[in-house]
Amino acid sequence: MTADPKTIAAGHIWTFPGGIHPPERKELSNTYPLRELPLATHYSVPIKQHSGEPGDIIVRVGQTVLAGQPLTQVGVGFGLPVHAPTSGTVTAIGPGRIAHPSGLPDIVITITADGKDTFAPPLPIQDVATASRADLLEQLRQAGIAGLGGAGFPTAQKLALQRPLDYLIINGVECEPYISADDRLMREQASTILRGADLLLDITQCPQALIAIEDNKPEAIAAMQAALTDYPRMQLRVVPTKYPSGGEKQLIQLLTGRQVPSRGLPIDIGLVMHNVGTAYAVARAIDHGEPLLQRVVTVTGEHVAKPGNYWVRLGTPVEHVLQVTRYTAETNQRVIMGGPMMGFTLPDLTVPVVKITNCILVPSTAELAPPQQEMPCIRCGACADVCPAQLLPQQLQWLAKAKDYDGLNQQNLFDCIECGACAYVCPSEIPLVHYYRKAKAEVRNIAREKAKAEVARKRFEARNERLEREKAERLERHRKAAEARKQAQAEAVKAGADNPQDAVQAAIARAKARKAAQLKEQQANSEPDGEST
Amino acid sequence: MSVLTAILVFGGLALLFGLILGFAAVRFKVESDPIVDQIDAILPQTQCGQCGYPGCRPYAQAIANGDAINKCPPGGDATIKELADLMGVEAKPLDSAHGAEDVKKVAVIREDECIGCTKCIQACPVDAILGAAKHMHTVIAHECTGCDLCVEPCPVDCIDMVPVPTKPETWQWDLQQIPVKMVATADQES
Repeated sequence: MTADPKTIAAGHIWTFPGGIHPPERKELSNTYPLRELPLATHYSVPIKQHSGEPGDIIVRVGQTVLAGQPLTQVGVGFGLPVHAPTSGTVTAIGPGRIAHPSGLPDIVITITADGKDTFAPPLPIQDVATASRADLLEQLRQAGIAGLGGAGFPTAQKLALQRPLDYLIINGVECEPYISADDRLMREQASTILRGADLLLDITQCPQALIAIEDNKPEAIAAMQAALTDYPRMQLRVVPTKYPSGGEKQLIQLLTGRQVPSRGLPIDIGLVMHNVGTAYAVARAIDHGEPLLQRVVTVTGEHVAKPGNYWVRLGTPVEHVLQVTRYTAETNQRVIMGGPMMGFTLPDLTVPVVKITNCILVPSTAELAPPQQEMPCIRCGACADVCPAQLLPQQLQWLAKAKDYDGLNQQNLFDCIECGACAYVCPSEIPLVHYYRKAKAEVRNIAREKAKAEVARKRFEARNERLEREKAERLERHRKAAEARKQAQAEAVKAGADNPQDAVQAAIARAKARKAAQLKEQQANSEPDGEST
Repeated sequence: MSVLTAILVFGGLALLFGLILGFAAVRFKVESDPIVDQIDAILPQTQCGQCGYPGCRPYAQAIANGDAINKCPPGGDATIKELADLMGVEAKPLDSAHGAEDVKKVAVIREDECIGCTKCIQACPVDAILGAAKHMHTVIAHECTGCDLCVEPCPVDCIDMVPVPTKPETWQWDLQQIPVKMVATADQES
């Protein structure tokens, strides 16, 4: 399906299959302006907040750090550093809670704030007009910028791919219910976002950008439209409200009519997408040398007294966020990180806010019912109707339960974007996405085990080869030593020395002579006896 | 006369085919048995020898020669099922004479107790132990297959087999297993 470039340029909006219209509930939080969250007393900064390898820790326990000072540095590979969110002392480095649905610990750097919030000098700022592409990418890497839309992919790494591009898409769709972080950011920081988008265009050497916003955010659309007059390379696209329009593949389909190939990347079809929050962070990092220290987090739900959008320093414990926003907990209160569709329930409130945390949701049981008892699938097919990736959720569910990994591959499990639309419409309350995530984790695990087994096999074979070789070498050495000894003897004999062989012969001769003498003596002794008889 | 023709024709054909087959046998000679490679690829490469053979490849060879497919405890039921599919035989439960399926483990040397005898280094089938005579040894954890073979030779019993910890990257989405502590009620209000 290749769309005519003219149709794209004319602003045609395509559609994507499936999708749902859940209650939006954005009015809970989007009416309040962005506010700074008061500083917490301590911060726990997980060293891995992006997808990829963590950096190496470069601070010690007891060291004082300034806000914005890097705590890790990236070695080889695709790491990103993390930075101290405020000034204070490093009080612990070790396993701690991270923002992960498993609740499993990972390495966390704990910083006790000194309350002064002294900033480290900003990263060196290059003259943007003359800076090379590599310098700008390095600046973004040192600033620790990861995709703030959800996946947390290192931005510099995404930008480093050099392929011909048609469009840069700036994603301000924010289709998940409750969340309004991007909405508020667009309303209040439209020009900085567009400045970031402009920088992204320069870095990717892409001719033009599309700014996509869902039509349920009229204020954001107006703000961006006003700011766009300064940026002729960009166009605004308003897309109809539907979940999940903000998904990367779905938005690409909406704006360009193109489909990202299975297991492919948008860059394969000449597109690259960044979130509005990322564009903002890029502008701050390049123009002001600011590392990524804070992000906008929507704090919402009926059990929060002061909902809204806050600038939260990365590493702030959720507990602090909720205390400031005055939450009230009911029995078995759930706190969800992320939205109601794709978020996960927190194991406890010590979990820190990280680069990919866009929302903290404290719902009442009435507004968001806890998961119900799973009932058998009635094969109604509602899930297949809403699947934006045109998969067969029901079929995938059977296969996942049967652990039929070949079948899951045939049904393109890995094209599932885990949007949760299927689970939302399921009348039997089957947690479908849960099954897919589990199956995906198992498939990945099997692949990992296979790779590990392959390494073990190679090492085993290499070892056997080495043992064989060593044995052969040993035998060869022995043979050579024996030969050398023989040769040395022969030479010694030639030189006139005693032949050890002669000595042996002599010894044998002596022994023989002695034996003969003994025999003679015996005979001699016995003879007189014979004579006597 | 016709008998002679027939004999000549068939004799000639036999000779021709014999030559073709003989040529093919030399030209397309297969160095190793491909089925052994396929079986070897399924086996977990722990090289633990619990099957009674000195490593996974020898066991693969034995299976190709008709040995039972249920002697591999580290592979467990999943491996047996795959082997059964490949070999076209019935999947059997794991032969308990060779051990039971266990969680994945990794060897850890209690380093302050190690006397540096190098016995474990010699026992390790994948060269995953590092050290030298009279110096402390250590296990390269990500190369260790958890085969258990280093535990027995250690004269001071300083090697432990520790289950591999689950990391967030390897977590299997067992939502039921997480100790989700629901956020407490009134006392936590502020």
